Amino acid sequence: MASDTRLRSLPKRTLLTREDEVRLESEDRRAFLRKSAALAGGALAAGGVASTGRTAPLPVPPTAQEMGRPIPPAMYGMPSKYEAHVARRRTDVLVNRQNWSDWSMTPLQHQYGIITPNGLIYERHHAGTPDIDPKSHKLVIHGMVRQPLVFSMADLMRYPTVSRFYFLECSGNGLTDWLKPASTTVQQTHGLLSGAQWTGIPVSWLLDEVGVQPGAKWLAFEGADGSNHTRSMPIEKVLDDCLLVYASNGEMLRPENGYPLRLLVPGWEGNVSVKWLRRIKVGDQPWHFRSETARYTDPMPQGKWRQFSFEMECKSVITRPSGGMKLGAPGWYEIQGLAWSGNGRITAVDVTLDGGRNWQEATLDQPVLDKCLSEFRFRWNWNGSPAVIASRAVDSTGYVQPTVADLQKTRAIVGFVQHHNAVQPWSVAANGEVKNAIPG
Amino acid sequence: MRSRAELACLVAVALAAAGCAQMQHTASTPAKPAAGYGKPISEADIAPWNIDIRTSDGRGLPAGSGTVAQGKSIYDAKCVACHGADAKGGPVYGAMVGGIGSFTTNARVLTPGSMYPYAPILFDYIRRTMPMDRPLSLTPNEVYALSAYILNLNGLVPANAVMDAKTLPAVQMPNRNGFIRDDRPDAKAGRCMTGCK
Repeated sequence: MASDTRLRSLPKRTLLTREDEVRLESEDRRAFLRKSAALAGGALAAGGVASTGRTAPLPVPPTAQEMGRPIPPAMYGMPSKYEAHVARRRTDVLVNRQNWSDWSMTPLQHQYGIITPNGLIYERHHAGTPDIDPKSHKLVIHGMVRQPLVFSMADLMRYPTVSRFYFLECSGNGLTDWLKPASTTVQQTHGLLSGAQWTGIPVSWLLDEVGVQPGAKWLAFEGADGSNHTRSMPIEKVLDDCLLVYASNGEMLRPENGYPLRLLVPGWEGNVSVKWLRRIKVGDQPWHFRSETARYTDPMPQGKWRQFSFEMECKSVITRPSGGMKLGAPGWYEIQGLAWSGNGRITAVDVTLDGGRNWQEATLDQPVLDKCLSEFRFRWNWNGSPAVIASRAVDSTGYVQPTVADLQKTRAIVGFVQHHNAVQPWSVAANGEVKNAIPG
Repeated sequence: MRSRAELACLVAVALAAAGCAQMQHTASTPAKPAAGYGKPISEADIAPWNIDIRTSDGRGLPAGSGTVAQGKSIYDAKCVACHGADAKGGPVYGAMVGGIGSFTTNARVLTPGSMYPYAPILFDYIRRTMPMDRPLSLTPNEVYALSAYILNLNGLVPANAVMDAKTLPAVQMPNRNGFIRDDRPDAKAGRCMTGCK
């Protein structure tokens, strides 16, 4: 179906998001609709049928009749003013009473491809964003080592660089939507997720340099923020693929993402990728910090808690169309989404159009990388009837993304539930409105 | 020297161009450079940063001590604005008392008393994070006192308790055995394609 070349000539539809609709109310509604219709090439017309009647002559765009803005002597380029609605947003479901230990979410409904722009990478801080001068920043490695060492940023940046594409996802992604819908948009259901190319050096190089003592099994990582955030990590994972990162997507990290130095733990919950990293201590046991006992543990039956549940398991979500959008007339639409696994690479994504009774395999776009966001697409000829659409990913371990019902067989879905990797259904009404339909 | 994984990957490239894509980790890790750039530093010079507590046995707890009564007066001066009187919850944060026994119900109440498996977590966390507008400002005596006060409010130490590097790790926390190690994958979903529900 995806290889059907006849479909390629069909016009793209306009999918209005909730932010767009908010904007509609605050702008001249008719002017915006005129603009949208022009941009989308008559998207609201009936499905792919060329108009035979006479239409108004195309107006010459005013921008083609005047000089644009000159190139300033120095400037950091920003998105078009017409894209101002594309922004990180704090949760609108679990509203915190302060905004230092809080989070903001990536607008996945506006993401194209597998890379999240630096200004849209999600945030989760425990005491706000520090502004750290890289000239004074230091990293210390000590504990069970032959020789404790201290590194300046200049020291760290003398090493050869390593760049990798990895997703980053908070263990709490989806925490508000388990047994009934609470969030409207995919930004609110899945936006504690981002993808980037990360640049830095392997942690293993520096551990080799300090000389880890025999018997060392766990490392503590500590940040330089006001929460002095700490996590314990098993040494095998750190030696395997963890990076000390100072850049993402081609530039130094943004302050809110750990500038000037963070840990990047591929495939594991974002909380262990300690930002503003200033200390690594080598030990023989975990420290059992608050952030790995009282928090970031998963409720289990019989009042138990699952601890050190690091891996972010295989997951996918349809980002277009998704909650808060509205389809136009019946006809062809491309379903698009993201899939990822902390345990390997994505091998397949299936899509259902009938709430999980029947599934068809979607097309996976290259590149499909280990522990990285992958894009999938599926062409859907919507007949205008109500539908429930969802995606289901499979990873290279053979693991199939579960439903909430599957997870509920082994976990306790109570309170602050973490590691929600279940299938996300969206309902499409006859009028085209798309809504959150968890649990499906 | 190329590793086996790298060689395998190169063979895969020769066979199928896309076959290597998943091996971004092993395929391109450069060898560790010969030179290192770290500067030696003594543990004595690291001491101001070396504040982590191994909470299971209290290793790293400093000298000093604090009582429940001292903890109450520090709490009322520095903590009550956010956490509320008697740690019952305030304008910014929820309760830090109660919840013991709630984990087998559908309303799990998470407090230091109900949730922490080891009492020294109180010391480690209060010292490194609190008060939120002045983290790392409390003295060890103040942190011991606040730990004693919170534990007492949760009914875990008596009103005359004194917390120090010996007594704090000895407090028996109700959730001591409440944790299980990660046993995932726990969900066993099948890949049904037709007639699934």
